[in-house]
Amino acid sequence: MKLIRKQFDKIKPSFEKGGKLQAFRSMFDAIETLFFVPNTTTKSGVHIRDSKDSKRLMMIVVIAMIPALLFGMWNTGVQHFLSLGESVDIMTAFWYGFLKILPIIVVSYGVGLGIEIIIAQMRGHEVKEGFFVTGMLIPLIVPVGVPLWMVAVATAFAVIIGVEAFGGAGMNIMNPALTARAFLFFAYPSHMSGDAVWIAEKADGFSGATPLAEAAAGHTANLPSVMEMFMGNIPGSIGETSTIAILIGAFILIYTGVGSWKIMASTVVGALVMAYIFNALAPADNAFMQLPGYYHLIMGGFAFGAVFMATDPVSAAQTSKGKYIYGFLIGFIAVLIRVLNPAYPEGMMLAILLMNVFAPLIDHYVVQANIKRRLKRASVKA
Amino acid sequence: MPHKIKIRKGLNIPIKGKAEKFLNKSQYEGSLFALRPTDFPSFTPKSLFKEGDKVKAGEAIFFNKNKPSIKLSSPVSGTLKSIIRGERRKILEFVIEPEANQQYLKFETGNLNELSREKVIELLLESGIWPFIRQRPYDVIANPEDMPKAIFVSAFDSSPLAPDYDFILNGQEKDFQTGIDALKKLTEGPIHLTVNGAYRTNKVFSAIKGVELNTITGPHPAGNVGIQIHHIDPINKGEIVWHINPQDILIIGRLFNHGIFDASKIIALTGSEIKKPQYYKAKVGVSIEYMLRDNINSSENLRYISGNVLSGIQIVSDGFLGFYHNQVSVIPEGDDYEFLGWILPGLKKFSVSRSFFSWLMPGKEFKMNANLHGGKRPFVFTEEYDKVLPMDILPVHLLKSVMIEDIDQMEALGIYEVGEDDFALCEFVCTSKIPVQETLRKGFDLMIKETS
Repeated sequence: MKLIRKQFDKIKPSFEKGGKLQAFRSMFDAIETLFFVPNTTTKSGVHIRDSKDSKRLMMIVVIAMIPALLFGMWNTGVQHFLSLGESVDIMTAFWYGFLKILPIIVVSYGVGLGIEIIIAQMRGHEVKEGFFVTGMLIPLIVPVGVPLWMVAVATAFAVIIGVEAFGGAGMNIMNPALTARAFLFFAYPSHMSGDAVWIAEKADGFSGATPLAEAAAGHTANLPSVMEMFMGNIPGSIGETSTIAILIGAFILIYTGVGSWKIMASTVVGALVMAYIFNALAPADNAFMQLPGYYHLIMGGFAFGAVFMATDPVSAAQTSKGKYIYGFLIGFIAVLIRVLNPAYPEGMMLAILLMNVFAPLIDHYVVQANIKRRLKRASVKA
Repeated sequence: MPHKIKIRKGLNIPIKGKAEKFLNKSQYEGSLFALRPTDFPSFTPKSLFKEGDKVKAGEAIFFNKNKPSIKLSSPVSGTLKSIIRGERRKILEFVIEPEANQQYLKFETGNLNELSREKVIELLLESGIWPFIRQRPYDVIANPEDMPKAIFVSAFDSSPLAPDYDFILNGQEKDFQTGIDALKKLTEGPIHLTVNGAYRTNKVFSAIKGVELNTITGPHPAGNVGIQIHHIDPINKGEIVWHINPQDILIIGRLFNHGIFDASKIIALTGSEIKKPQYYKAKVGVSIEYMLRDNINSSENLRYISGNVLSGIQIVSDGFLGFYHNQVSVIPEGDDYEFLGWILPGLKKFSVSRSFFSWLMPGKEFKMNANLHGGKRPFVFTEEYDKVLPMDILPVHLLKSVMIEDIDQMEALGIYEVGEDDFALCEFVCTSKIPVQETLRKGFDLMIKETS
């Protein structure tokens, strides 16, 4: 540990202003702060600071995604061998999925961090760790069959247009990972939807449709059992299928205080309300509208979106009351899109992106209400 | 009608080094003294003496150039040893070397009951005691030409390792009552004395006449006067309230009982690096060196703070007690690198989030240093501040309006009601390490500049 520190101290001067390797200062900085929390101390205001920093909290989010990731790796193998009609043990299935998914993760992190470091260097910033989370989110929300170059292009799009164009992490309006997915969805629809993409190297005869696609087509009889959808051994994007793995993540986020339970809870409520409105209005021949509300919570990307996407603090509403409204509308609109729009069976992505755009407006009204309360207090007294 | 307030938002930081309720025998005789004009925001000092001049205790040594009636007096008699200046010749310290025989300037106070409001104000201004009275908005020295709608006194301090006023005020009931009587002359409104509702009120406070005795319960910042004002009688545009610390009321009391500026205080010496954290006899502006002698249990770099760890100011090991401070804190500087700090379990690191495993040990007291624990970032995580600010105010939105210097928005979002210390916890919990108190003070400075 002291040895590593010594090495850093030795090479540090050449990266500083005027040093030989000045052009790589941001990279050096990023690596150094990865090894060591800097020795800067408080200069103004409070003398002691909470031990958490943004690196720590971002890592908590990444850790919370690990159950979904591990499950996704296993499930990728399971689905592949299932389509071939073979049955294999857990490790074989996991190893197959691991080899399929690892390259996607590597590409996502490599491209994203590479761009972040270059931009940080250009602007003379520190490298922000927001991409720790985005880099893990992107692999979890794409189908396993996605070509790697598409992952690279989408990641670059998300980082440059989705984040850096707005001034960097913390300033962006939309969730960067979802920006990447929306980009893929609209640019390469054939690779992002349909029945063929969800299972790696699928045998042609096998259906491979996701539960949502089945439901949207009105084939509710073909849906997997509730238990299967809750456990997650169904086709779908890599990290989204297992509600239980996502719930473990949700527990970590809520327990550590990193993720907002308000958004998660209100998103679920919003979805249930919309679903039960549909149930009440459903004509006899519309099977999707008749589907009980809790199905929506375990199908498709709903759970993943509610736990990991909607809660992104930068793009979500920031006020306490605003969060309830924001979450509720996400759930409400997600189910609305799912059931009524035949072209996009997955409404979650669009619902979150839509509400990302409206989040500042929601906050605006909450802030105005606070201001009005204060003015009223003055006039009551006068 | 006395108010009974309960707050739930806030945080008691479990830091090590609370002072034991024991008055240490160490004496400050022979210590240097200093007054720091920088203790007073929006104050431009002008000296009345030259280096080497003799001054008496209670004799004004400098005043505010922009408001000459506000003067600061020497707490001791002796020689004005030096006037220390910083960048652009800004005066930082008036250092006074006390003489063996203390001589007090005598003030003719007469009978307090018969004095007019104007006479009381004049006596407080002449003796240099006035600056102990501060105002909201902006937390600056009160303007003697204003008529405050009320005067607020918080009878306890809830900040980390804070001194216990019940212990300090013991046996000084008479001076305290006189001080309150003098304050009563200054406002047509009530004097709100707010005690901690969590335990039985000390008789120093319960026996006092002429105040509204309110209670507040809850975690820090329950003891902050700003929180109490917000819940008892919030400040609207155009309104002014004054506030003062209980120990400083004693100083007013002594002026009217004895006719002198007696700046004696009892302060708490606290912090994890102090061998025996205890209470000490002190005076406004005294050098803290006499308390620290053979009392430090560490060889690390240390941070010496006049005041508490949230809103105090950094001084050196022979630096001086601040004008408003009743506490000295000594903690490790923490200016070293920490290996893989962002991922290790962190059993010894306190956080309000449960992102370190230190939550496994509730009730543990932590040794905390002055390390920033991370790099500065833009606002990312939300609703962190709201959980530690028991006010109907949106802290992040207020700060953002300060950052973009939008005066209308600052006013609408409640800048008149807040003080830096009310936002100190927000700064403590901030993941993005934003300098909250400094930002807020910039907002105050801007408001003062634009509205006067």
